[in-house]
Amino acid sequence: MESLSNRKKVIEQRPMNFWERIYLPAIARGLSITIKHFFKKIPTVKYPEQIRPYSKNFRGQHSLKRDELGRERCTACGLCALSCPAEAITMTSAERKKGEEELYREEKYASVYEINMLRCIFCGLCEEACPKEAIYLDGPHVTADYLRKDFIYGKDKLVEPKFDITKLAQ
Amino acid sequence: MAEEEVKFRVSIDGIPVDVAPGTTILNAARQIGGDIVPPAMCYYSKLEGSGGKCRTCLVKVSKGSEKDPRPMPKLVASCRTTVMDGMEVENITSPDVVSARKAVVEMLLINHPLDCPICDQAGECKLQDLGYEHGEEQARYEFARRTFEPIDIGDKIQLHMNRCILCYRCVYVANQLTNQREHGILYRGDHSEISTYIENALETDFIGNVIDVCPVGALTDKTFRFKNRVWFTKPVDAHRDCPTCSGKVTLWYKGADVLRVTGRKDEFGEVDEFICDTCRFDRKQTSDWKLEEPTPVEKYSVIGSNHYPEFNPPAVIKEDKKLQTANKEQFARTEKLK
Repeated sequence: MESLSNRKKVIEQRPMNFWERIYLPAIARGLSITIKHFFKKIPTVKYPEQIRPYSKNFRGQHSLKRDELGRERCTACGLCALSCPAEAITMTSAERKKGEEELYREEKYASVYEINMLRCIFCGLCEEACPKEAIYLDGPHVTADYLRKDFIYGKDKLVEPKFDITKLAQ
Repeated sequence: MAEEEVKFRVSIDGIPVDVAPGTTILNAARQIGGDIVPPAMCYYSKLEGSGGKCRTCLVKVSKGSEKDPRPMPKLVASCRTTVMDGMEVENITSPDVVSARKAVVEMLLINHPLDCPICDQAGECKLQDLGYEHGEEQARYEFARRTFEPIDIGDKIQLHMNRCILCYRCVYVANQLTNQREHGILYRGDHSEISTYIENALETDFIGNVIDVCPVGALTDKTFRFKNRVWFTKPVDAHRDCPTCSGKVTLWYKGADVLRVTGRKDEFGEVDEFICDTCRFDRKQTSDWKLEEPTPVEKYSVIGSNHYPEFNPPAVIKEDKKLQTANKEQFARTEKLK
């Protein structure tokens, strides 16, 4: 029967000759390719110890910022949670008590602030929505973990550590 | 012989409407509805004598009446100007009105602290809407804003004098709904402030309505203070048999909890019926109320965002009981988010 497409190829199957039957030249050729790779420059880096330069607008893990006096900037206005397309952010707000003025910038603050890193798509809309410049996606990659509950990052992981602005300027 | 009902024909932005004599231009525009309704910060249809203070409802009268077709020399406050037969009014079609309104918004915002991220009114604030729709993007005012020492006016109502735009609505509420008024405006001009007489607590049955009538966040519910943002709560209409008021309210739900009780508001942000303080502050259990239906929310309102009619897990999980139990905590969180 005539083939429909005319693309049919009849593969010729001939018995191997002597050189092909001893396999040695083929092995030598294969090894030479392997050995050539030993002397090539390795494109990979040893990741946790060595980190490649990142793009300036790379978006990694969120961090809740402090102001120049070390007070938390976040006022729990909820605009990040509102703008979040993945609905990864939840928060509970509380009123600042007397004597906590050096902890929180405004009279309202977030007592609980949680980001579900499994839901988060790192789009950066929370950063854009924030009226207080309190959240930035400037951290490293979010690391892998075993349990779902461990991906819900609270304030303990998100709030940046206190820093001394005078030393930072130097 | 009964007199024939007289109707005045006015046209607002070219749309004709027949209204009874004595109707204000603002109310005539509200009968038409839509975009041509001038915004109003101080006028409140349920409060007698309100209006004429904020000047956001300025309109241009391009033809006074049929008998005297001369235009009015200046822009007029539509909440205080009554219609005449054959009057022609320009609102959004007049560039004068648009620029005047822009100036009024800027004026109102001069002393407003713009602390919307903290304010509990954000999301249902009339001044926010006004600034967004009619205002400039950038404020030009660069001097120190007027500030007041915070005053405690009771455990139910929170006063933030800094945010006040002096619309006098709350004063009218106290005058007209309650038998004794304890608060009012002190001082004059730029120094005016709302305060209670020797900081007396406002303790009457209907004083909670000052929260609903306040167009900004100057008077807010202290029992709802910082509990949640307005747009994360879900409004549901409900009623109960109340001996003092109509008992028709809107409950603001977060999950299963009633966070706040307010009066039902119409499309112009005015409550239909004033509710008493017992309904507002003391009945915060679902069991106290007979639920009716979710409050209809405007399509593009921030209050309608992130609300879904029902909890809807992915199909894979819906089928699999094992996955459901494994992710129980996760579901509880998702529920909480709504």
